[in-house]
Amino acid sequence: MGARVITITSGKGGVGKTTATANLGIALARMNKRVVLIDADIGLRNLDVVMGLENRIVYDLVDVVEGRCHLRQAMIKHKQFQDLFLIPAAQTRDKTAVSPADMIQLTDKIRSEFDFIIIDSPAGIERGFRNAVAPADEVLIVTNPEVSAVRDADRIIGLLEANNKGPGKLILNRVKPDMVRKGDMLSAADVTDILAIKLIGVVPEDPTVIPASNSGVPVILNENSRAGLAFRNIARRLNGENVPFMQLTEETGFFQKLARKITGGSNGH
Amino acid sequence: MPGLFDRIRGRSSHKSSSAVAKERLQVILVHDRISLPQEKLQAMKEEILAVISKYVSVRDEDVDIALQHRNRGNLLVAEIPFSQRPDAQIQDEARQRMAREAEGDSPDDDDA
Repeated sequence: MGARVITITSGKGGVGKTTATANLGIALARMNKRVVLIDADIGLRNLDVVMGLENRIVYDLVDVVEGRCHLRQAMIKHKQFQDLFLIPAAQTRDKTAVSPADMIQLTDKIRSEFDFIIIDSPAGIERGFRNAVAPADEVLIVTNPEVSAVRDADRIIGLLEANNKGPGKLILNRVKPDMVRKGDMLSAADVTDILAIKLIGVVPEDPTVIPASNSGVPVILNENSRAGLAFRNIARRLNGENVPFMQLTEETGFFQKLARKITGGSNGH
Repeated sequence: MPGLFDRIRGRSSHKSSSAVAKERLQVILVHDRISLPQEKLQAMKEEILAVISKYVSVRDEDVDIALQHRNRGNLLVAEIPFSQRPDAQIQDEARQRMAREAEGDSPDDDDA
């Protein structure tokens, strides 16, 4: 019964948490789900900008917690989707303005009216992370195929497990198939091998992502975007559909196809 | 991981940077997870070797004791070769022990 609370986190900053939150929120709304997005990055809010909703903010998360407004007043309705809402973070306060208990209470108030509540966690492993994870039923860990990002993801997975929230599922973001093919980038198989958690999506690096955030229209609304397609697939998987993974490392030349046949396809995914 | 195609092009001589990344990560993560400082790990290795050396003589230069991780579990894996020192008694004992172990099904060498 009620909404599933899904927290999107990463440890390391800049790997694509906010992009993932915005895109999954819209993807689920397009599937006629009732969705609330919560920006838990108090002091460094960004989800409003990525969603193109920054001019509509009146009240924020801290206003709700401190009783200056009703929860409903802080929920900004999306321009295009009737059942998609954003609760923005406060920009002028810090993470201590909200507690993990506040977050649980807040999500409990709206669970019954929605299908998904998606929380965009701040980077780091401190208070902001704990706030974001406290009400989570499920956690998605975003990482990039780089040593530092994978290391931080592992740390997060360890913390989630220690708090009975783990291990979570993995979104591998910003994969460059060409580089994976040349052996210059960790593959999805490498990363899942190292982290030993379940993969829920592989998102290719895509030149349409930055223009999308420039204009505040998430890339998922661009039908031609590969990253958008990857996020749509993740949303369907969240919804219980069995969607095959996109073939990112498709062979282009005759020799690669041959090599793959002979070696039994060691490049996987 | 370099495939046949790379081998044909003569890339097999050096490891791909993604293979290096994977190996480095595996070492980094196991140390992160166990949070045992390098000097303590070294002290532990020396104590383990000291105990083993009381019973058998060990080829110190070929000893390999390292932390590994598999499937989110951490383990200490030790490879401690015995020396070929002509110390009849120690060797006999060692041989007998190895023979006994070889007979019994040793449970922890499933994925070497």
